[in-house]
Amino acid sequence: MKQKRGILSKIYFALIMVFFYVPIVYVVFFSFNSSKSLSKFTGFSLKWYQAMFANRSIMEAIWYTVLCAVIATIVSTIVGTITAIGLSKNRKVIRELVTQVNNLPMLNPEIVTAIGLMLFFTSLRIQTGFTTMVLAHIAFCIPYVMLSVTPRLRQLDPNLSDAALDLGCTPWQAMTKVIIPQIKGSIVAGALVAFSMSFDDFVISMFTTGPGVSNISIYVYSNVKRVNPTINALSAIIVYVITIVLIIVNVVPMLRERKQKKEVLDA
Amino acid sequence: MKNFNKMAYPYIIWMTVMIVVPMLMIVLYACTVQGNSVLTFQFTLENFARFFSDSIFPTVLWRSLKMAVITTVICILIGYPCAYVMAKMKPDSQAMAVLLITLPMWINMLVRTYAWKGILDWLQAGSEISVYIGMVYNFLPFMILQIYTSLSKIDPNLIIAAGDLGANDRQTFMKVTLPLSLPGVISGITLVFLPAVSSFFIPKLLGGGQYVLIGNLIEDYFIKTGDWNFGSAISLIMAIIILISMYVTRKLDKAAKEDD
Repeated sequence: MKQKRGILSKIYFALIMVFFYVPIVYVVFFSFNSSKSLSKFTGFSLKWYQAMFANRSIMEAIWYTVLCAVIATIVSTIVGTITAIGLSKNRKVIRELVTQVNNLPMLNPEIVTAIGLMLFFTSLRIQTGFTTMVLAHIAFCIPYVMLSVTPRLRQLDPNLSDAALDLGCTPWQAMTKVIIPQIKGSIVAGALVAFSMSFDDFVISMFTTGPGVSNISIYVYSNVKRVNPTINALSAIIVYVITIVLIIVNVVPMLRERKQKKEVLDA
Repeated sequence: MKNFNKMAYPYIIWMTVMIVVPMLMIVLYACTVQGNSVLTFQFTLENFARFFSDSIFPTVLWRSLKMAVITTVICILIGYPCAYVMAKMKPDSQAMAVLLITLPMWINMLVRTYAWKGILDWLQAGSEISVYIGMVYNFLPFMILQIYTSLSKIDPNLIIAAGDLGANDRQTFMKVTLPLSLPGVISGITLVFLPAVSSFFIPKLLGGGQYVLIGNLIEDYFIKTGDWNFGSAISLIMAIIILISMYVTRKLDKAAKEDD
């Protein structure tokens, strides 16, 4: 009975995995198709990859996506960290207020945040484009960085930064030499979340960008009304990159751990 | 620590400008007539009246809510057993299973939705079923991970104790495991229902444009028609309904906890 149940749960989990991975495999498979069809495989070819790399709008979309994610990550990580440190030394009322306001975009549907920003930019007569998109990305990334850094800050011993100041550190030195080294891990985690949020964003980008500026999501959205195998090639490349990055991120610490264990055993 | 607290002030200004003001802009646009300028506002409730007087808009709203509720229920029904199976695996396999479920989530949502298009076209699935598959596909991982997290936090001694005290497997599940995993189900509901109500690219990509949800209406009024006042009114109505449903969900969660 127990064994039978074990097999059933394995089958169930396998079925869910099939559901999750079949479309991804399907997209990658048909990115090598020699014809335009997405249902009949007529032969192996790399022509959709060639077409993709030759397509200027796709290359631009990739460039805008990466550039926007890099800028938004750097700015939101710095601002979010500094704000979180500042808030930790503020009164509770102010801390609560900032937390509540930061929660607003997370509790609201993305489309509401997006049109709010769009109305805001256009009422100020700011021409929407890459700059407004980056500003919007910074705005929604900062709360995630703070969410990652704040709990770690709470665990710190406040006496350490006080001691640094007493011993003649400027506040800047106290922050960079005492506080930041202790919360480094949570800052990196916050930056990673910010980067992936920005990289994948569609709804907010769509409403805050201007003519001629698309990121990958917007490009996919506006070009899939008809069958378009270059999008398969683009999707496949995203799948390759993410798989490689995730394997590195997950396997490297595992190998390091094994190496450490081995060193301990050798010693 | 006077030196540090000033560091939070620039963000308070930024936050007011970039989060609070845009929200107020939506309310302002929703309650004014089209073509107003910053100097001359004309307040009106006509945008809201228009929404409820026409039969199309409430129908679309109702359809979106129904779709989001059904999607959430399907995600619980499929996701709960999956999370349960995961929580019973060996620790190494658990880490692997979490990785397997997280991996597709790293792939851009648009790309993931597009991935279904070829299969669904090939299967000639109807537009409604296609939209449901797209929704469940996009949001199921959130549900599984939330339930899994709360299941894996349950102290295994409680299960053993229930068994020792004479409960059979079914009783243990109903009286111990299920109630303790409810917080995970509740946060799963939040993570699925909220984006499902307002989703507009899933119906657009997979429903072939024939399946209109409330998010599509908002998109159309902002991008195509340019009637931002009415578009803002629709968003406001949607945001209020979502807030109410979240509030009700949390109340139910609390009530369920007090029962125990």
